[in-house]
Amino acid sequence: MTGLAFLIPIALGLGLLGLAAFFWAMRKGQFEDLDGAAQRILIDDEDDEQ
Amino acid sequence: MTAHATLDTPEGAKLLDSRFTVPGMRCAGCIAKIERGLAGIEGVDSARVNFSSKRVAVRHTDSLDEESLVDAIAAIGFEAQPVADNPLAKDDREVKLLLRALAVAGFGMMNIMLLSVSVWSGAGGVTRELFHWLSALIALPVVAYSGRPFFASAAMALRHRRTNMDVPISIGVLLATALSVYETFAGGGHAYFDSAVMLLFFLLAGRTLDATMRNKTRAGIGSLLSRMGKSAAVLDEGGNRRVVSAEDLEPGMLMLVAAGDALAADGDIEEGETALDNSMLTGESAPHPATVGDTIYAGAINLGNPVRVRVTAAASDTAIAEIARLMDEAGQSRSSYVRIADRASRLYAPAVHSLALMAFAGWMIAGAGWHQSLVIAIAVLIITCPCAMGLAVPAAQVVASGALAKKGLLVKDGSALERLSEVDVALFDKTGTLTLGEPVPQVDHLTGPQASIALALARTSRHPLSRGITKALEQCGVQAAKLADVREESGKGLTGLFEGARVALARPETGSANIATSLMIGGERTQILFEDPIRPDAAEALATLSEGGVSSSIVSGDFTGPVQAVAGSLGMDWKAELHPEDKLALLDRLKASGSRPLMVGDGINDGPALAAAHASIAPGGASDVSQQASDAVFLGSGLMPVALAVRVARKTMQIVRQNFAFAIIYNVFAVPLALAGLVTPLIAAIAMSLSSVVVVGNSLRLAKAAQ
Repeated sequence: MTGLAFLIPIALGLGLLGLAAFFWAMRKGQFEDLDGAAQRILIDDEDDEQ
Repeated sequence: MTAHATLDTPEGAKLLDSRFTVPGMRCAGCIAKIERGLAGIEGVDSARVNFSSKRVAVRHTDSLDEESLVDAIAAIGFEAQPVADNPLAKDDREVKLLLRALAVAGFGMMNIMLLSVSVWSGAGGVTRELFHWLSALIALPVVAYSGRPFFASAAMALRHRRTNMDVPISIGVLLATALSVYETFAGGGHAYFDSAVMLLFFLLAGRTLDATMRNKTRAGIGSLLSRMGKSAAVLDEGGNRRVVSAEDLEPGMLMLVAAGDALAADGDIEEGETALDNSMLTGESAPHPATVGDTIYAGAINLGNPVRVRVTAAASDTAIAEIARLMDEAGQSRSSYVRIADRASRLYAPAVHSLALMAFAGWMIAGAGWHQSLVIAIAVLIITCPCAMGLAVPAAQVVASGALAKKGLLVKDGSALERLSEVDVALFDKTGTLTLGEPVPQVDHLTGPQASIALALARTSRHPLSRGITKALEQCGVQAAKLADVREESGKGLTGLFEGARVALARPETGSANIATSLMIGGERTQILFEDPIRPDAAEALATLSEGGVSSSIVSGDFTGPVQAVAGSLGMDWKAELHPEDKLALLDRLKASGSRPLMVGDGINDGPALAAAHASIAPGGASDVSQQASDAVFLGSGLMPVALAVRVARKTMQIVRQNFAFAIIYNVFAVPLALAGLVTPLIAAIAMSLSSVVVVGNSLRLAKAAQ
């Protein structure tokens, strides 16, 4: 039974962490441009310095 | 990976944000080109492309204005138009709200489920009570937060003395939560927190899918919209030039319309001679000559010389505004269309509520005591709560619209799919709808040197005929000749020097029925004829439609001759020389006789008909107004997406009906259990997730419907 005292807060904490991460990602606009993110990986970095 | 140009801006320099839509970007290369190209310009702080909505946001100093940025993007090789403050922000907010609610409900569901499983598997005494308290602690804020979209909508419906799907949902969730809180306080055996939160989660998933689908296609269509005449340069008595916005223009003012400008008001030409692109109004892109005394209309684009125009009608009195009014009125009938989910809930909600009430009364009479009777009544509400029903419609429609989008058809919302599935007559506009709407030159008779000279001349101009020639010749792999001194004289044509000889692309001297241009090399003259070809797969698409029992005919504003020619080659009925009001009257007659017409058209003269029809589709090249009035927009040169849209819409509704049938069968089995008082939270949870999974799985079959 004493295990529950640790396990439940940990389970809840992890869940809250995930939720907070999702809210953060949404506020930062991580889901604004899903198609663009898929395309950007193909852009070469080399000529960025020009 | 935003391309940043670090700028030594003086302290306090104001940075502005401007947004542009760039419909032409298609690949990673375009993103890089635009972002790097813009970042290299002085005064630009940063540029960020949003590929999904085909937009670019530019942060720049006030030394640059929107015009110069459009020119800069044009220099990089893309056509851009400035967008006013993000018009999609409102829809975006709705999706974000739903996503947040969904995330919170998901979090709550997982944690409560975790606790519930141990209660179901036999935890008793203090542990069970502790777990119920913990569940209550999680569930109450989650229900309060995630339930808002449903509570708000249910309250709205009740205030108007109606019911919708959200009324039984809200009552079920609230009662289940309240009862569970009571059970927790009383130390009872059953708490339904998991059911309440799970219900919210599944329903929010359906709702979010619906909203995302609407948003995505709206962004797609928004990026196609072109710029209208929003302001005009006006000369006052003193001869001073000032810019007046379209709504402040008044009859009698003298407008200066430069080449490339869109007209902001109707008026008569007082000075100058030019060619106009009337495609906003008529959908026909062939340039229209206009000279002193001619009346020209707002929305037309001046392709030729600058002209002075005396305003005759402005703001809400223009021909275009008149058509918009017709459309508004015509669109009224569509807003009264009741979606299938709401039709179902009109029957479903009263049935469920009276069933629960009867269960309560029945058990009270049987002497079960008010507590047990209430538990049973709530169990009935929970088990019949339209979980599968809430998913039945959006799941199918989202999958179907995704499949259609891959085939080049953007459907605006679920209601559009429902109406598309019901059409039985199709009316097509001719120019730009059955035909491609862009002049295609006949170039087969040109010799090699002729072709290369024609290309060299044509590619320097933005005139629609020149662009047609350029496109056709480049497709044939023609190399442009080297010309000197190429000039464009508006309204006359293009001239240049080729190895000392004068060459020109000019208006033909003899008038002819078809659009034509003549190529002159030295003294030699060759005609290039243009025609507006019928879309390559038109016959096939019409055949597919008639297979589905939809008969097609042409309704056109064009003259009898050309309409008859097209109708003859496609074997369709036709009506020609129709005004917008005539098309509207025709649709009203059809609707009065019980038909459900589908209107396919592109010009603004089709706008009222598009708004009035039971369902409507516009091609991607259509005027803004038409695209906004229609339910769906198809891209590319084929007509097949139209036929496909009807077929897929029908298949979608078939799946939706299957989903409903399943939900009803499920209820037939579950309700007696609930009425008998045998439904525990465990059974409710299993039944609910099982039915949702079946409905979603059934809907996924639509992914292949468009093939």
